[in-house]
Amino acid sequence: MDWEGQKVAEQLMQIMLVVFAIGAFVTGYVVGSFELMLYIYAGGVILTTLITIPNWPFFNRHPLKWLDPSEAEKHPKPQVTTSVSKKKPIKK
Amino acid sequence: MHSFGYRANALLTFAITILAVMCAIASFSDNFNSPSPTSQVQVLNINWFRNKPDGDDEVSMTMNISADLQSLFTWNTKQVFVFLAAEYKTRKNSLNQVSLWDGIIPAKEHAKFYIHTTNKYRFVDQGSNLRERDFNMTLHWHVMPKTGKMFADKIVMTGFRLPQAYR
Repeated sequence: MDWEGQKVAEQLMQIMLVVFAIGAFVTGYVVGSFELMLYIYAGGVILTTLITIPNWPFFNRHPLKWLDPSEAEKHPKPQVTTSVSKKKPIKK
Repeated sequence: MHSFGYRANALLTFAITILAVMCAIASFSDNFNSPSPTSQVQVLNINWFRNKPDGDDEVSMTMNISADLQSLFTWNTKQVFVFLAAEYKTRKNSLNQVSLWDGIIPAKEHAKFYIHTTNKYRFVDQGSNLRERDFNMTLHWHVMPKTGKMFADKIVMTGFRLPQAYR
């Protein structure tokens, strides 16, 4: 799952659960059945699980574009000059 | 959200949090119900009335109990426990409560009932104070919700009196 996919999955999960919760509560309250509310919400949780947990191709539409290796070789990583500068010079 | 396990954990946690909120709101919604229960008790007959050998009074009676508790039921009600108590005052105790009958109402359909019965539990006083005693019949109930706090209330029916003599 790429970065964009992770963001979409999280938002989709939150929105779906909240929408199902509101729908379940309103339906249960109007019908007067606590059990119906629980069943609708349980169905919503299962559906949300199926949609947002597996790594569907849908979540992999924005792959990271790495530099080509040959391109990287042309511009070598600047070498940090690590001599003695890391440690604080002890006062003499 | 980068792995299967993290997504599953996030979903489960959030789903259960929302469920808790739904239960809290369901419990709160019970406040919008203003019940108007009614009840009536008739004492048809004093079957016997005696002073036991240990000195305590005991009475047996036949009663008609009718009640309509349907308005106590909401969508968040699991069951209602109901009991009928005889309540009276004696010189020693300002309130005596003797449970005479009880029942569990599992559903709204059974909440309107009419029962012809003798006292299910023995009506015994701690002493010999029952002759010519005025008493109240009080119908108590405890509403057990599916989620939330249990609550109780009662209806007091006055104007009952025990006979003057043992029989």
